[in-house]
Amino acid sequence: MAERGRQAAIAGIGQTAFSRKDERSELQLAAEAANAALLDAGVAAAEVDGMITYTLDPTDEIGMIRCLGVENLAFTTRLPGGGAAAASTLHQAMAAVASGVCEVVLVWRSINQGAGYRYGRPQAVGTWLPGGGTGSLLWCMPFGAQAPATWAALASQRYMETYGVTNRDLAPVSVIQRKYAAVNPAALFFGKPITMEDHQQSKWIVEPVLRLLDCCQENAGAVAFVITTVERARTLRQPPVRIVAAAQSIPFNVEVISNYYHDDLTVMPEAVGTARRLYEQSGLGPRDIQTAQLYDAFTPQVLMQLEAFGFCGRGEAKDFVSGGNLELTGLLPVNTHGGLISEAYIHGMNTIAEGVRQARGTAVNQVRGVEHVLVSSGMAGAILGRV
Amino acid sequence: MNTTTQPAATRPDPILTPDAAFFWEGAKRGELLAQRCADCGDLQHPPRPMCAKCHSVRREQVRLSGRGEVYSWIIPRHPQPIGFTEPPVVALIRLDEGIRLVSNLVGVAPADIHNGVRVQVEFEPTVGGYAVPVFRPIAS
Repeated sequence: MAERGRQAAIAGIGQTAFSRKDERSELQLAAEAANAALLDAGVAAAEVDGMITYTLDPTDEIGMIRCLGVENLAFTTRLPGGGAAAASTLHQAMAAVASGVCEVVLVWRSINQGAGYRYGRPQAVGTWLPGGGTGSLLWCMPFGAQAPATWAALASQRYMETYGVTNRDLAPVSVIQRKYAAVNPAALFFGKPITMEDHQQSKWIVEPVLRLLDCCQENAGAVAFVITTVERARTLRQPPVRIVAAAQSIPFNVEVISNYYHDDLTVMPEAVGTARRLYEQSGLGPRDIQTAQLYDAFTPQVLMQLEAFGFCGRGEAKDFVSGGNLELTGLLPVNTHGGLISEAYIHGMNTIAEGVRQARGTAVNQVRGVEHVLVSSGMAGAILGRV
Repeated sequence: MNTTTQPAATRPDPILTPDAAFFWEGAKRGELLAQRCADCGDLQHPPRPMCAKCHSVRREQVRLSGRGEVYSWIIPRHPQPIGFTEPPVVALIRLDEGIRLVSNLVGVAPADIHNGVRVQVEFEPTVGGYAVPVFRPIAS
């Protein structure tokens, strides 16, 4: 592990209520989440000198400056790759703080799919925008592959057929995450547990891979974080959560969702690369992680990340998830807020917020004895821990 | 007038970009093309303006056999894709030349699809007068 003079910590987290539909603008949602994160940390908005969000985020840095009263911003970054940007934000914030470029970095993601871009709606025309991390969607559109569930499922099917994973094998992920959401008041599916049979009776979205209960949903909300030095964070309102390691990995020929061109579609090479960098940076391994918060727009992504991060062997994830290992009493509680499928789809950011709560010890479904939390958005990840 | 006509095509047009227009112009003529580096001979898909192996920007288009096998497949049931009256079978085809293409499978029942099925290209028209390559299983 490289010697680092300045280490980064997450000092504050904030979020709006999550809902199906929200009348507020995406900028208002972002500003409210950011303000909540600053209040949580006990840092004045005027001190923010770095801002990081996604290329796909519909809000604007100048708008945020005007809402919050940021006095003199020194650094901005927008990260590519759709939801893969989620954990990249921590990586960039860590680099900005560790290098001394920034003292206080504000990270956010705001989404309002009732009013803005509805990800689940098919699209067949338009131009490709750089920064989505996925230049090859245009090769999908005229064939009826026009929405994220379809794009993702086409790659997952190869993994599933190769290892004999059926849609029923995905059900435990959905059922356990819903169990977590059912007791999480912030979740869209609070109070609504499901059974294996509910999963199997939900309609096909993409046959034979995804049923309705394998998919995230369109919704509205925002999540924000405040990142500063560990030293500064120690003086603030919350127990600091150290970014023990953070990394990005984009191997050759890998894309975000139309990810069909790398050598072996039964592995997720970007997550394998992220895992390798995180474990090298930290000196830790999968056995040192007590809970994992994994990007789960669709259930197969959970299985493939479990394998990529070494929590089980290749092709073994279906047995790992059916054996109760994702439960609070299991080997590796996963997506303890309910995940993107059952808490809300804030493009991966609410999953990182859950990682911070687990490290603080304040999660609704708190895992006992947490020392290290893995948060992953596939192409990027971080290991979080108490200071 | 009492003539039999083909039903009008409803399939969306391809999205043309400068580096890939040749592929769709070829499909319009009933040819399945791919880009090959004119210097080192590397076959590449999706097309790109520079060869990652030798950094040459000299490209040539080669006609492929149109034969390959199913590499993965799915049927998008909901929501209904734009331009399709029935849910299509979307497949990733591994061509015999080694590259992979997103396409459709035609003339096959879902129960008969599995990875490794041998297929042959044919072409279907799009709403605006282009065509796309689709694949039909080869009777064994």
